[in-house]
Amino acid sequence: MTARLTHLQRLEAEAIHIMREVVAEAERPVMLYSVGKDSAVMLHLARKAFYPSPPPFPLLHVDTTWKFQAMYELRDRMAAESGMELLVYQNPEATEQGINPFDHGPLHTDMWKTEGLKQALDKWGFDAAFGGARRDEEKSRAKERIFSFRTASHGWDPKNQRPELWNLYNAKKHKGESIRVFPISNWTELDIWQYIQVNDVPIVPLYFAAPRPTYEWDGQLFMADDIPRLEKVLGKRPEIVERSVRFRTLGCFPLTGAVESTASTLSEVIQETLLTTTSERQGRVIDKDAGGAGMEVKKQQGYF
Amino acid sequence: MSDPVYVTDALIAEDIDAYLATHQHKDMLRFITCGSVDDGKSTLIGRLLYDSKMIFEDQLAALETDSKKVGTQGQEIDFALLVDGLAAEREQGITIDVAYRFFNTEKRKFIVADCPGHEQYTRNMVTGASTADLAVILIDARNGVLVQTRRHSYLCHLIGIRHLVLAVNKMDLVDYDQATFDAIVADYAAFAQSIGIESFTALPISGFKGDNITALSANTPWFTGPTLVEHLETVEVDTAADQALPLRLPVQWVNRPNLDFRGFSGLIASGTVRPGDAVRVLPSGKTSTVERIVTLDGDLEMAVAGQSVTLTLADEIDCSRGDVIAAADAPPQAADQFEATVVWMDDDPLHVGRGYWLKLGAQTVSVTLQQPKYTVNVNTLDRLAAKTLDLNAIGVTELATDRPLVFEPYAQNRSLGGFILIDKLTNRTVAAGMLNFSLRRAQNVHWQALDISREAHASLKHQQPAVLWFTGLSGSGKSTIANLVEKKLHALGKHTFLLDGDNVRHGLNKDLGFTEADRIENIRRVGEVAKLMADAGLIVLTAFISPFTAERDMVRAMLPEGEFIEVFVDTPLEVAESRDVKGLYKKARSGELKNFTGIDSPYEPPLYPELRVDTTSESPEDAAERIVAHLLARGAA
Repeated sequence: MTARLTHLQRLEAEAIHIMREVVAEAERPVMLYSVGKDSAVMLHLARKAFYPSPPPFPLLHVDTTWKFQAMYELRDRMAAESGMELLVYQNPEATEQGINPFDHGPLHTDMWKTEGLKQALDKWGFDAAFGGARRDEEKSRAKERIFSFRTASHGWDPKNQRPELWNLYNAKKHKGESIRVFPISNWTELDIWQYIQVNDVPIVPLYFAAPRPTYEWDGQLFMADDIPRLEKVLGKRPEIVERSVRFRTLGCFPLTGAVESTASTLSEVIQETLLTTTSERQGRVIDKDAGGAGMEVKKQQGYF
Repeated sequence: MSDPVYVTDALIAEDIDAYLATHQHKDMLRFITCGSVDDGKSTLIGRLLYDSKMIFEDQLAALETDSKKVGTQGQEIDFALLVDGLAAEREQGITIDVAYRFFNTEKRKFIVADCPGHEQYTRNMVTGASTADLAVILIDARNGVLVQTRRHSYLCHLIGIRHLVLAVNKMDLVDYDQATFDAIVADYAAFAQSIGIESFTALPISGFKGDNITALSANTPWFTGPTLVEHLETVEVDTAADQALPLRLPVQWVNRPNLDFRGFSGLIASGTVRPGDAVRVLPSGKTSTVERIVTLDGDLEMAVAGQSVTLTLADEIDCSRGDVIAAADAPPQAADQFEATVVWMDDDPLHVGRGYWLKLGAQTVSVTLQQPKYTVNVNTLDRLAAKTLDLNAIGVTELATDRPLVFEPYAQNRSLGGFILIDKLTNRTVAAGMLNFSLRRAQNVHWQALDISREAHASLKHQQPAVLWFTGLSGSGKSTIANLVEKKLHALGKHTFLLDGDNVRHGLNKDLGFTEADRIENIRRVGEVAKLMADAGLIVLTAFISPFTAERDMVRAMLPEGEFIEVFVDTPLEVAESRDVKGLYKKARSGELKNFTGIDSPYEPPLYPELRVDTTSESPEDAAERIVAHLLARGAA
């Protein structure tokens, strides 16, 4: 008698295998945790991989201080529930200079996220960091390895990555070098949603439609998550309208476009995702920099 | 005939829960596409994504713009642009790496490895093929079976892909002519049979026009199907076939949250497992019974090949990372010498005799490879004699590991027969390999237990054996200092022997030259001799340039901890060259002498030698005193 494994079972088995390899071979692994739906799935997979032990590594949130309040709430709850240590890092230079998405454009992502991540990895000496990037997200990601090597200065050289055969991963590295590991490389957005549904994985409520205070900026719709702070940075109170909206991805609230929607259950969200005709990353500003090769340039600079 | 890809769309809108219920139970097929540069691989994959609605409106808009800007299809959509990734590749217009793409049909999820057709990239194709259940080999109908077609088919067969699809593409450009298609298929069939491919499925398609991709085409009424997508939806996936084999669970990690729980975690490579099953742990051979299959969602009744699980056993037996839990009545074997097929993937060629890391499942061991028995020319499939393996070379060779590996021949079990080789110095993955079989001598040549132990030899001489390994440039002063040290030890009544580079090359190693490979073999032999002498209780001194860290470390690993004492005779090149006692530097500079260390061959200085002698500030006499003192202080003499 043979049991037929579904694609979700196989993807889960692959991700768990990858996580266990890293724990067995790396000295000081960490899981990058951004509180989005991909992070939620990663955390769930980690709990499955090491059960009944708690995952033997901490969660690291590289914070920009501009995330949605609901994200901070879920982050703290999930860390407590999983029994994992939560490390939060905010780039002190960005704090000092008051870097924000309105005044500083691409510098905001660069300082808080790219620089913040490098600083955090150096500070705690992590030699392997799990990330939730997927190959279906963006063109240059389709060729990313599952184990992606970074030099001691966190650089990524697309021409100098190790071949990955079968399910054998080479985790050997020199002192100072590190690996970014992407256990859900082979998942698509639909796989993520389905896995969340089948496994009851907790996610931030912002993914579901609800009446929320919104404002328009640069032709896109945003949520006014922290009105006093918005007012301070913008120099005026934006015109706020309550609309039924949800988010397809979650990042900094002034950078994450909302979509008008009435999808309030997981099935409805998935339905909308499947019927929608714009891609997931479209709501994000990051890919638009530097023409067609935006993400690739960011990666060479050390962005995850 | 209905279009199998689009029918689901209505269900998404009408009854999402019904759709999700179906989709949730889809299985997954991984396949690769391979073909020459202009065979239309990227276009075909772009088409599959396009037809299964995996392109979004904004991506399509970008695609249309890009098509006009850099596309090769005039005003029409160039699907290839959708699939191309890295910036460098967009400029060159060729695929330079393996890219993974995803699409769904109503029956399956697919992961496609887009494999390059470019000459230099055997490495990438083998990489993409290693995880594939099926291969689509593209042929341009105008060109027929080419050298590249043979090469790709050979590589797919080598990696053991069970299902081959011959996609005769660009049928639109030969007016959908059946005779053309039949002739290509007949030609390919003859070739396939000659290399042992048992079966393949041939399809006439056009990736550009969409013929016979998702629906049978009116342009080829003579073709009765299946379409490409239908075929992809119905072939058996490997994990299903692997379930029929005996249980193999390579243990990745031992789960010990507390003293009451000890679980063994890993991905089941083959077979099935249930609580109560009798199992054997390899290599120890100890037996036990499976107690539980533990998961976060509760214990399982059964687990199968392809699942990541944690097992507990009824008995407290030794089992750690690298061990294999197997069906008790059909365990795999362990051996330390093998014949293997190796695909070289690094710019730095194979160094025969050098130690590499070999990773197979969760086992990592040290391995040395012999000179290849032959390499295969992937274009002609001729067997050629070779001294080494260069980038993209495929060769059959013998290898020896430093401890037994639990294995199965690759043809029987990919997980227990497929391995990678890692360079110990650069940490790069330099090769992939497949174990063909273990060598009989590995089973039959055993160590003879000796009654007079090395301790007994040493105690009779009232000394502890050691190997003083002098390394440094030619003319650095190795032999001079080693001679002084030996004299002092001799005067102290110690039993010593000095192995000198020049002298050894007159006898033991007179068949060796100065190529990198010969230098490695030179050191390996000297290391073995030094080890035998140390076993006999002697204090051995060796004076060899021994330029490579890997070989010095290999000798270090042969000896018990603490018996290898590396003495780095650190003389700058200018100083050694100005001495030029034997006139060798002069010859090397004039080009008369090749591969001379320091001139046109590298010297890798030891990073952590036990002793370092700076000959520009310390006399040979003082250095020798210090070395003897070091030896006495550690109680070795």
